[in-house]
Amino acid sequence: MVSTQSDLQLKAHLFRRAAFGTTAHQLENMDSMPYEQIVDGFLDSDTSNGIDYDVLYRYCPDFSGGLGMSGAQSKFLYHMTVSETPLIEKMALFWHGVFATAYSKLTQGKILNNQIEMFRQLALGNMHDILMGISTDPAMMMWLDNDDNHKGAINENYGRELLELFSMGVGNYTEDDIKECARAFTGWTIRNKDYVRLKAQNDSLWPYGRMSFEFQYIADDHDDGEKCFLGEKGNFNGEDIVRIICKQEATGRFISRHLYSYFVADEPPVTKWPYEEPRDSKAIEALTKVYLESGYNIREVLKFLFNSDFFKASNIRNTKIKGPAELVTSILRVTGEITGPNPKIMQYTSQVNVMGQELINPPSVEGWHQGLEWIDTGTTVERVNFSSAQIGDSTKPGIKNIILRLMEFDCTEPGEFIDKCTDELGFVYLTDKSREELINHLSGQVADEFNVRDLDESDVSNILRLIASTPDYQRA
Amino acid sequence: MATNGKSAVDNNLVVLQLSGGNDYLNTIVPYTNGFYNDFRTTVKINPEEVLPINDELGFRPGMEAIKRLWDEGKVAIIHGIGYPQPNRSHFRSMDIWHTALPDDVGTEGWLGRAIRDMDPKSENVLTGVNFGRGLPRALGCRGVPVASVGDLETYGLFPDIQDDFLRKFALDTFAKMYGGAQGKDSVMDFLGQTGTDALKGADILRTAPAMYESSIEYASDPMGQSLKSAAQVMFADLGTRVFYTQHGSFDTHAGELETHEKLWKEVDGAVGDFMDDVHEHGRGKETTLFLFSEFGRRIKDNGSGTDHGSGGIAIIIGDSVKGGMYGEYPSLKPEDHLDGDLHFNNDFRQTYTTLLEDWLHLDAPEIVNGNFDKFDFIKNGH
Repeated sequence: MVSTQSDLQLKAHLFRRAAFGTTAHQLENMDSMPYEQIVDGFLDSDTSNGIDYDVLYRYCPDFSGGLGMSGAQSKFLYHMTVSETPLIEKMALFWHGVFATAYSKLTQGKILNNQIEMFRQLALGNMHDILMGISTDPAMMMWLDNDDNHKGAINENYGRELLELFSMGVGNYTEDDIKECARAFTGWTIRNKDYVRLKAQNDSLWPYGRMSFEFQYIADDHDDGEKCFLGEKGNFNGEDIVRIICKQEATGRFISRHLYSYFVADEPPVTKWPYEEPRDSKAIEALTKVYLESGYNIREVLKFLFNSDFFKASNIRNTKIKGPAELVTSILRVTGEITGPNPKIMQYTSQVNVMGQELINPPSVEGWHQGLEWIDTGTTVERVNFSSAQIGDSTKPGIKNIILRLMEFDCTEPGEFIDKCTDELGFVYLTDKSREELINHLSGQVADEFNVRDLDESDVSNILRLIASTPDYQRA
Repeated sequence: MATNGKSAVDNNLVVLQLSGGNDYLNTIVPYTNGFYNDFRTTVKINPEEVLPINDELGFRPGMEAIKRLWDEGKVAIIHGIGYPQPNRSHFRSMDIWHTALPDDVGTEGWLGRAIRDMDPKSENVLTGVNFGRGLPRALGCRGVPVASVGDLETYGLFPDIQDDFLRKFALDTFAKMYGGAQGKDSVMDFLGQTGTDALKGADILRTAPAMYESSIEYASDPMGQSLKSAAQVMFADLGTRVFYTQHGSFDTHAGELETHEKLWKEVDGAVGDFMDDVHEHGRGKETTLFLFSEFGRRIKDNGSGTDHGSGGIAIIIGDSVKGGMYGEYPSLKPEDHLDGDLHFNNDFRQTYTTLLEDWLHLDAPEIVNGNFDKFDFIKNGH
């Protein structure tokens, strides 16, 4: 099958959202695959991510140790860049943004490594398993003080955030529900908590990497009295709470709205959700329906989402602002520089940090505020400089490849050439205004009549650089 | 909003963040105190080498420039600065200092808010400049433009284009792409506006090194270079009022004596050069430096260094500063310790309030999330 331009643009859109973008060359290699099959490929859990961990940890021991922050951050960025299952990485980042847990309080990279790994394993799974996963995750328990939640002396932090930010959202439960929820999670704690907590606060260096914290259930500390939660009565323990939460329509709507915001179009921050309606209520309703009917199966919800009209619609394409990790990763996947363990990943991780997103260290339990909140004068300089310097660098294998392909293209129309360039870079969408300015620049670059045959490598890399500096390139 | 009728736009605040937790006991040394000797068996300053303030306290060796300024009455030392329920995690404690919010996770920085109050319509995108990459949370506030300058000489867009002509050509196209109506949606308009502001800020900042003339030769270490860049920006009169710099790492768990010495030599040298430069350019009265760290370190050393503590020290320097000691030097007696640390005796937000109201002429309570008693370390009428 030969894909039409329209097919290719749709596939590129899918790659930008469900993965970290693509290039014309990469799409050619899957030309025979129809759209639906590509979606299924992304959702397939049997595919390996292609990473050889023995080799990786040998070169980057701190990716396993997680002594400080940068090893765990770099490990995440490395996965996003080279994984052959990019949707899993995108979902790990998604869950990390929803169940935001930060290094700043935990001061240990290893438990955050473990948390992210848990998100990878459960990424496309069942909401019940995912909520049980965070409820037994040591990093989460410490982050939200559930290790201070005791029978007879409850700490409401986890109980509250579980309902407010991790499942149903404000307005769907009462303060009493929070208390009952907290009671149900008493005894869900950390093994050897006091000793390990002291070690976490003491930032001394260890020779062999950090100890891993472990979850422990202490029955003696559990309040096993009767509880009344969301109108149901029973001697509820944590897993009962999770069971009740999962079946609520509010949970379906909340998670659906998060998925919509992440994959379809930027919604306002979660704190505004009780006051602002979703931009596409019908889409949220449809996703919620799939959530409930599939038995809370995230894979099914995503399959529906990626195949829906509202996802393919032209009015939401090229509208989202790429977050820093996404921007850097999508560029690295074009430049092809990182093919295995590589010290430069640490540098690129710093780049993500200065653009305003510290992986494994979100600013608060609310996660990152997305969309336009990534953009200010400082981050704009960082983003544009990084994008243009990388994409304009003809020594990078992926860029060199694109330049050679472009130089073989017979063309005497500057506009046509610009279009070919944007296609090669992954079907980047340009407004008329940007396109016009690029054509002017290209025409100004050449002495006489435009002809591709007269261009040399640096002329082409210059145009690629400028495409990467457009405001359009900041969006996906 | 400016208070007491004085214009808010004249005074400069230069912040030096000493990252990692500066060791208080080895900065202002209680060199005749028996407990200092008892607890600091290894990691201690030789009393002979201390630069005495009085017969109890002295500056560590290496702080000659700051000592000179102290003798001129230009240095205020805030002893025992901290906050209730001290947090000994770098990130969390630094966040607390940045957001002035010990009890909750704040997202707006105190200086970001200050800049917003100084320039509510963001008429000058360079009101606050950070000398370093990324943006410290202290300066972060939604909608407030702040420039983060890694290297002033090369700051701006497309620093990697070596050829001047090609670079200018690219910048022209950038200006055209980001300027004017975008014709797509409000997001694109915002991107366009932000890019245009960034370009404008970069264009303006780039003129600063070229205009700079001075007899002062700063050291080549990052602290010296940061303050040199701050001086260049200040003397170029771009309207910048808040200058933010960092130095570190002061997190001296091991090998403290050498590291602490080196770091303070660099800070002291830079501060001395900077103040000389400021005086040479007649900015003495309107420039105040604020040095702080996220916490002090433990009273007892660990044999090679010290671990995280709580109560710390802040230092404020300038011609408009009433030199002297504020707060109390915490007691080293074991019964007075706070979990093995120096007990703080004043809240850092008091110092912030003083700087915000008496120096920047802004209303403090909303910025620092509460009302805090001021210190009297700024000279009246300044």
